[in-house]
Amino acid sequence: MPVVVVDVMPKPEILDPQGKAVLGALPRLGFEGVSGVRQGKRFELRIDGEITPAVLAEVEKMAESLLANTVIENFTVRVEG
Amino acid sequence: MRIGVVTFPGTLDDIDAQRAVRAGGNEAVALWHGDHDLQGVDAVILPGGFSYGDYLRCGAISRFAPIMAEVVEAAGKGMPVLGICNGFQILVEAHLLPGGLLLNDHLRFICRDQRLRVENASTAWTSAYEQGQEIVIPLKNGEGQYAADAETIARLEGEGRVVARYLEVNPNGSVNDIAGITNERGNVVGLMPHPEHATEALTGAGTDGLGFFTGSWVSASA
Repeated sequence: MPVVVVDVMPKPEILDPQGKAVLGALPRLGFEGVSGVRQGKRFELRIDGEITPAVLAEVEKMAESLLANTVIENFTVRVEG
Repeated sequence: MRIGVVTFPGTLDDIDAQRAVRAGGNEAVALWHGDHDLQGVDAVILPGGFSYGDYLRCGAISRFAPIMAEVVEAAGKGMPVLGICNGFQILVEAHLLPGGLLLNDHLRFICRDQRLRVENASTAWTSAYEQGQEIVIPLKNGEGQYAADAETIARLEGEGRVVARYLEVNPNGSVNDIAGITNERGNVVGLMPHPEHATEALTGAGTDGLGFFTGSWVSASA
């Protein structure tokens, strides 16, 4: 069953302390070659009925008002599955 | 002066804030997040805590609480609104104040007595203080790193809307050591440290926080 996926990421200019901590942990575990990590959130929305452009527009509104804080975060909306 | 203190699910510091209001010589009115009713108060405090468990983002769900419709409307008409810690986070989520509050840059929860400089003593909540006065009040947060784009920071600094700044140490990575800000009108103030925990000598760091709760805007606007 297809879901609408909303990915929320800290804006590029915003410091991401969690991503930085993960980046610091990788070499300690022996993983090399990673020069940057950004951590975000993924939301999977199961939709009643067909996923139409109108539904996607509605999800955009959900993301803008609740799922992301667009002052500090960017989001993308897509259909998966 | 009747000052309302809103309790959300997960609020911790509402009782301390009410006590601080009384210590400041005013009447504390308990307000409930689920009501559409400010009970005719003269000012509102959004206290600290972990409303809705900080789920999604700190303050993101509380922002849509029924009472916030009234708080936003009253703030727009000039009612003094003070957000402390989680209350500050709710105010930025509600877009009553610009910017956002991120995880502390060192990723640890911090709890300490924090020295601040009052940078703007003409807001509704800080007029009991002298411009440039240094105070010590408790700071306790995990997500207190104030952040905003460069343009917003320049505007806040240029318009004197930084209300308080951290002294000696920047405890969370906040840009320009910002501990608190105000809106253009000066009636809405967000502050990360906790003045309500420093209003009685018996407990806390002293009584430096009391000036936030004396209703000083009355004499300021008179």
